Amino acid sequence: MKYIVAIIQPDRLEQVLDSLTEKEVHLVTVSNVLGRGRQKGIGAVYRSHTEAGSLLRKVKLEIAVNEDFVRPTIDAIRDGARTGAVGDGKVFVLDLDECVRIRTGETGGTAIG
Amino acid sequence: MTTSRFRLSLVAAGLAAMLMAVAAAAQDAPVPASPPAAPAVVDTGDTAWMLASAGLVLLMTPGLALFYGGLVRRKNVLSILMQCFMAMCLVTLQWILFGYSLSFGPDVRGIIGNLDWAFLRGVGGEPNADYAATIPHSAFMAFQLKFAIITPALIIGASAERMRFSAFCLFTLLWATLVYDPLAHWVWGAGGFLRRMGALDFAGGTVVHISAGMAALAAARRLGRRVGSASPPHNLPLAILGAGMLWFGWFGFNAGSALGANALAANAFVATHVATAAAGLTWALLDWARHGRPTTLGMITGAVAGLVSITPACGFVTPMDAIWIGLGAGVICFVSVTFVKARFRYDDTLDAFGVHGAGGIWGALATGLWCQKAVNPAGADGLFYGNPAQFLIQLKATAVSAVFALAASYLLLKLVDRLVGLRVGQQEERIGLDLTQHKESAYTVLD
Repeated sequence: MKYIVAIIQPDRLEQVLDSLTEKEVHLVTVSNVLGRGRQKGIGAVYRSHTEAGSLLRKVKLEIAVNEDFVRPTIDAIRDGARTGAVGDGKVFVLDLDECVRIRTGETGGTAIG
Repeated sequence: MTTSRFRLSLVAAGLAAMLMAVAAAAQDAPVPASPPAAPAVVDTGDTAWMLASAGLVLLMTPGLALFYGGLVRRKNVLSILMQCFMAMCLVTLQWILFGYSLSFGPDVRGIIGNLDWAFLRGVGGEPNADYAATIPHSAFMAFQLKFAIITPALIIGASAERMRFSAFCLFTLLWATLVYDPLAHWVWGAGGFLRRMGALDFAGGTVVHISAGMAALAAARRLGRRVGSASPPHNLPLAILGAGMLWFGWFGFNAGSALGANALAANAFVATHVATAAAGLTWALLDWARHGRPTTLGMITGAVAGLVSITPACGFVTPMDAIWIGLGAGVICFVSVTFVKARFRYDDTLDAFGVHGAGGIWGALATGLWCQKAVNPAGADGLFYGNPAQFLIQLKATAVSAVFALAASYLLLKLVDRLVGLRVGQQEERIGLDLTQHKESAYTVLD
């Protein structure tokens, strides 16, 4: 089991969800996050007080998958999120030790699906 | 817990002591003289406009609360709204008990009113010809009350995010009584010495904005810098709504200061509107030139600076000259906020001095440049209309009020610091004033 975390541009969320659906990955947790990469943020000015490189808005996806779905999930995220510009985001893949479905008590791979 | 009870009882005791002192003094005072033989006639049009204006000016304080509230961090927004609203409660009672009498009551040596009108004795439906001959005296009193409320509320801009609530209450009561009331008497009271000197202040540039601006400077210095670095405004749309309410309410403030529904009120109305527009545009252009983009915060800050600056002038200058006053307001307040504050490093949180102090001083002086008897026969001609002497009078009145307000505010802040402590603890400041001073949060994060 893997735990996939992706940081993407907020305006690409719809395309990413569409391409995940195409690969039959339906379970996903989405949150609004702030962050910055090497390009830094855009400086804001409030009454001439400059805030150098404020953090940029991003969207974070968290998806738990069985081994068979790792590659398709990463591909789907890349397909949907890529614009070719700096700031498109990253995908992180982590090992996942356990998963429990709260309603039934099932564990492991069956609980994920 | 004990210290907070102690502070509470100090504030309450201060309020009670003031009340008793006035009650004692008022009992000794002679009954006000009966009105002159020919009774003044109440004009219904004037009265309707003045009651509406009083309402408009009151609305400025919640407007100011939103303007300031949007500019602080999320953890402190309620403390700002609460302080502004509490100023409405505290100063209202102070005003009707004795504040109005100190400001406008029968003159004592040009310095202060006496206590003949304490508890509103003699302030009823009969007009007072010294101030407004065509409206009930109580309508004039109510109109002036709204000015007395917003003035201490303006100072909150400098003390925001770190002042203890009990200290705010005590300071507001003391400041209203010992700074605002005397100043209002000097400039507007029958017999007041700045009024006799010929200083022009149509709607309160000196009494309201210079005094609050200088008190703000004193507060910023006395309180010291905030912990950590200042964060960006937490809700700019809220601030823009507040600025809009200020612009709207300011028509009551300025046009209402004609004290009647007449041509002078219309002139003040138009001049106010024009200067505000010019100042908002000016600040946006300055932002654009210096920072590459015009900012909404710059635009509304400029508009407020324009409102401040036209306040003393609006009943003495033409709408065309009001453009220059607005333009000057944008430039001067921009310089004050951008360069002066950075140079001297005082933490005027929301630029109460930068906008109201600098803009108020500019407006008072500009009145002496552009005023014309052709606009208001009761006024004077200014420097640009052949009378440089008026400019000198404005300069003198500005200097006197600014120095008095700065010094008196500083001493009062020191006194309040000694009594209850001006500033919250560092840990309380980090957590935020909403939770630590009021046990509330403005926004929930979870459902």
